[in-house]
Amino acid sequence: MSLYNLTVHELHNKLVKKEVSSVELTKSVLARVEELEKSVHSYVTLTTEDALAQAQRVDEKIAAGEAIRPLEGIPVAIKDNMCTKGITTTCSSKILHNFKPPYSATVVNKLAEQGMVMIGKTNMDEFAMGSSCETSYFGPTRNPWNLEAVPGGSSGGSAASVACGEAIYSLGSDTGGSIRQPASFCGVVGLKPTYGLVSRYGLVAFASSLDQIGPFTKDVTDNALVMNAIAGHDALDSTSLNYQPEDYTKALVNDVKGLKIGIPKEYYGEGVEPAVRESVMNGIKLLESLGAHCEEVSLPNTQHALSVYYIIAPCEASSNLARYDGIRYGFRAEDAADLIDNYKKSRSQGFGEEVKRRIMLGTYALSSGYYDAYYLKAQKVRTLIKNEFEEIFKKFDVLITPTAPTPPFKLGAKTGDPLSMYMSDICTIPINIAGIPGLSLPCGYTQEGPIGMQIIGKSLDEATLLRVAYTFEQNTDFHKQRPNL
Amino acid sequence: MITKKDVEHVAMLARLEIEEGQKEVFTEQLNNILEHISKLNEVNTDNVPPTYHVLPQKNVWREDKALPSTPREDALANAPEQENGCFKVPKVIES
Repeated sequence: MSLYNLTVHELHNKLVKKEVSSVELTKSVLARVEELEKSVHSYVTLTTEDALAQAQRVDEKIAAGEAIRPLEGIPVAIKDNMCTKGITTTCSSKILHNFKPPYSATVVNKLAEQGMVMIGKTNMDEFAMGSSCETSYFGPTRNPWNLEAVPGGSSGGSAASVACGEAIYSLGSDTGGSIRQPASFCGVVGLKPTYGLVSRYGLVAFASSLDQIGPFTKDVTDNALVMNAIAGHDALDSTSLNYQPEDYTKALVNDVKGLKIGIPKEYYGEGVEPAVRESVMNGIKLLESLGAHCEEVSLPNTQHALSVYYIIAPCEASSNLARYDGIRYGFRAEDAADLIDNYKKSRSQGFGEEVKRRIMLGTYALSSGYYDAYYLKAQKVRTLIKNEFEEIFKKFDVLITPTAPTPPFKLGAKTGDPLSMYMSDICTIPINIAGIPGLSLPCGYTQEGPIGMQIIGKSLDEATLLRVAYTFEQNTDFHKQRPNL
Repeated sequence: MITKKDVEHVAMLARLEIEEGQKEVFTEQLNNILEHISKLNEVNTDNVPPTYHVLPQKNVWREDKALPSTPREDALANAPEQENGCFKVPKVIES
């Protein structure tokens, strides 16, 4: 198997045993990038020279007999909404097309401390608003399993790069499903951690009470390794939890005996394709055969989650995106008559259509006279959704649902109808609203592409999610499939 | 129901210019989304407190101690226009 197809832990062993060097590995991934970028287009910016220089440093360390850490010398891709000092960070928007941050995000610094080799910054829906990677100013990313289809979004580039070996692992961000849905579409493992577990410092804000950073990997073991590197309190993020994360590799236990798994029926209803339902149910049957106790449950407030999300997220976005004014950084329009005209022209020419639509929606919902009817109402229903999860987790260890209602859909299939695009996140949105963790891992393949299974857990119980996912993986071979590209 | 006039008003508040043809499209799309969202009115939320934030923590303080901040040069490096160590904007005051 080619180097670029291997996992972090397999490659770490090869580096330690000196079977392969970090430079060889990095070159293998860069050759893959060279080969596939025309068709897949995972990246907005490549950092080839820095990557090779860093790989060289790791090789010198190994040659000198020094120990290396689990992620050291392993090629990674970073979503282009995480600040990288001196390296363009665009959010796939015209308005930030030339923005070079004066500082790095905490997660980027943490991975740098672990000796990461960064290949580049990945493509996404503009400002993470979308479920298909089609709203990127730089053009869409395509699904490595089916080039006619979308990779999902918004972290489409991060998911696609890992699926086809343009990176060994990557980071994405998830506001309503933006890690898990593309993980499902691209056949990789994606984790949205508990809100506050991973620092958001340096993550360009979309909806601050929902955004969370997490890893894309080829298997569950790699996911635990990346979580070990990025989780933990950060004084620079006031919403960061004061919590000492555990060693997530200790959760990699092949055993689900006695675990209680809830199957919330609302996630299997209308709009969920039969092939998806069947694959996920087969996964649940497997876990049951391994000793888990599975039971159907009901979460009736799930039906309101999408509405709550499409109030909260645009409201927070309209406020967060007010900072793009063409003055301190980013795109500035020519020929503005005065200051207000400069704001209007820079923003109108700098933002794409979906971003404008959400700013408009949020501005409307927050405008004079509407606050109680929309924002306050949504925050109250949010309480009901959160309470419902808390109740159910008194009786169950995890819940299992489809990650997305469909396999990957074709490019252009939903771009004309915002609501149908929003429906693609129907199974993932409630989890962000409650702030709890969710993990997607591959559980089936169709002609259109992969299918993902979502495991949902209680707050800060990433360990149990990883244990269930690891057990599933050890007893199946979905994670060993690679796209034929 | 929101109208084309509402769209124009909200665009002004958001400092956006919407092209004439696009206004109708936005009016229709925003109405579709708002109609979907209006289902929330069926939910009884009497005596339910709002969740602005899922974490139990409230204000987070640190010691009031000066720490290094971004150098002016770095903060200005991305500015489309600058002058005398400041961001430069189009004229605000009539002369």
